[in-house]
Amino acid sequence: MNTPSCGGPPGKSMNRRDRGKDIGGCAISGIMAENGELFSGELVMRSIANMRERANGLGGGYAAYGIYPQHKDHYALHVMYESGQDQQTTEQIIQQNCLIHEAEPIPTHPLHVIKQRPLLHRYFVTVKPEQLERYYDLSEDDIMANIVMTINTDVSGGFVFSSGKNMGIFKGVGYPEDIGQFFRVDEYDAYIWIAHGRYPTNTTGWWGGAHPFGLLEWSVVHNGEISSYGINRRYLANFGYYCTLQTDTEVIAYIFDLLLRKHDLPLEVACMAMAPPFWAEIERMAPEQRELARTIRTVYGGALLNGPFSVVVGHSTGMIGFNDRIKLRPMVAARHEDRLYIASEEAAITEICPKPDVTWHAQGGVPIVGKLKNGAEDSAVAQVAG
Amino acid sequence: MTINATGVYYRQLNEQIRAAFNNGADEVVVENVCGHRYLGTSLRSGRIVINGVPGNDLGAFMDGAEIIVRGNAQDGVGNTMNAGKIVIHGHAGDILGYAQRGGKIFVQDSVGYRAGIHMKAYHDHFPVVVVGGTAQDYLGEYMAGGILAVLNLNSGDQLAAGDYIGTGMHGGVIYLRGTVEAYQLGQEVGLECLEESDWQSLGSILGEYCTEFDRDPAQFCQGDFVKLTPRSTRPYGRLYVY
Repeated sequence: MNTPSCGGPPGKSMNRRDRGKDIGGCAISGIMAENGELFSGELVMRSIANMRERANGLGGGYAAYGIYPQHKDHYALHVMYESGQDQQTTEQIIQQNCLIHEAEPIPTHPLHVIKQRPLLHRYFVTVKPEQLERYYDLSEDDIMANIVMTINTDVSGGFVFSSGKNMGIFKGVGYPEDIGQFFRVDEYDAYIWIAHGRYPTNTTGWWGGAHPFGLLEWSVVHNGEISSYGINRRYLANFGYYCTLQTDTEVIAYIFDLLLRKHDLPLEVACMAMAPPFWAEIERMAPEQRELARTIRTVYGGALLNGPFSVVVGHSTGMIGFNDRIKLRPMVAARHEDRLYIASEEAAITEICPKPDVTWHAQGGVPIVGKLKNGAEDSAVAQVAG
Repeated sequence: MTINATGVYYRQLNEQIRAAFNNGADEVVVENVCGHRYLGTSLRSGRIVINGVPGNDLGAFMDGAEIIVRGNAQDGVGNTMNAGKIVIHGHAGDILGYAQRGGKIFVQDSVGYRAGIHMKAYHDHFPVVVVGGTAQDYLGEYMAGGILAVLNLNSGDQLAAGDYIGTGMHGGVIYLRGTVEAYQLGQEVGLECLEESDWQSLGSILGEYCTEFDRDPAQFCQGDFVKLTPRSTRPYGRLYVY
């Protein structure tokens, strides 16, 4: 939400609604079945709808993991277009680089409150063998991330908003419950659902600017603002990540991709880099822990996220909730049997899980981590195949 | 009188509650509350019993009524409350008692960040907050008046409150049951033992708290508490004076 006032990426104008600065708070919600059980998006729609007061109709969205088991080895590219011309240009880029195993419009349900929608398509792809050979020093993930970056920077009216395997992001301008109905989110089954209701404060509401933001398997929903956006953005540019979406949230997705996929840091260490302990606290730590914290703060200064925020991050094997260090945005978590719930407000959890085993308030800078149990991913695929 | 909140938008729910009191009800029981905001706003009298999880800013600007929550509460309980009483049979979220100017808030379990932020007292308006469990960081931030007590009844050897206690505090008093480490304190507060007069005022508040939650007041003794007060009534008076 926090970005330069120059109007953002040239041409990326998909129904941007320009508004003055409003005071508000977004809503976030995440549900994960750690045993890999698949469940309908209807549940997370009810949870996010409970927090309607936190949104203002200028953005809603979902990320779902486990929804494309028939294409589990293909990148699922969800793309929005302003025009048929943009679609042609983008499809050329995809065809040059990828084998397209299946392509279709994203199924939607006509809804009067959802207006001025872009063209919405999805492509199940793999990188062409000759491209893998040509870029022998890059992984398939790296090449795919570059393709996404190329489309999002070079095609003025084309925008890849989801690019992971066996997962998908559905988002747009509207209240989240309406966006959910529009994308028929209740017809998908996933083991992780994250959702967002947007109340944009610093930038415009447009289809691409709705949350979640995604790159490869990562998806992020966010309440708050990243005051360190400028530093983070320049830091990420060193590693080939270019921020094109007129909102601060995308830096979180790229930092997760950088620290976890490229630098292979353990999850807890990556979260420490983004929301590190204060120096005074580091001084009180046991020697080994102190050394680690000092090193992380020193090496990953550019990845430190400052400002008030609460985020929920999804990836193929887990879900993470975390807050800024002094907790300037709300976050509540609960567990019930094999499920982890994270939300901006407790009622958004009790709405769908009336008596959780345990409910607690997040602590600033301390991640809440859900992980798929061993083998649960396979069983999630088997549930559908069977 | 009983109202079912299922499927009712918070504005209509508040209107129904207000209408019930205007029609002479002394007590309104609200069932199936789930995130409904601003319940009891500015009410002067009557008693609301809430079953479920009320939404943010419960009892905001409340001016004499009583709210009993049989469940957990969210953020901003008693925001700018002027008089009355809120009793929560569960835990509560962040900024409990935000700018509270009077009345009492009793919480059975723990509370989130910034409980008692900018509570203030003036003449006979004197706000009181008692937390049965623990409080997270920034307890009593910018506190300007009243009494804020954390009893640490359920957490074993955990400290009663998190870090940065009383940051920016310039009035009122915080009582914590158990120990507190020097690093937990904001720069603006000093640590003392309770005097007899402290124990008298705290003792009567604890008596009322124990009645609400059916606890034995004899479990508390003066020596278990520490007292935090501001070092200055105007800590930032010279902040921008060069």
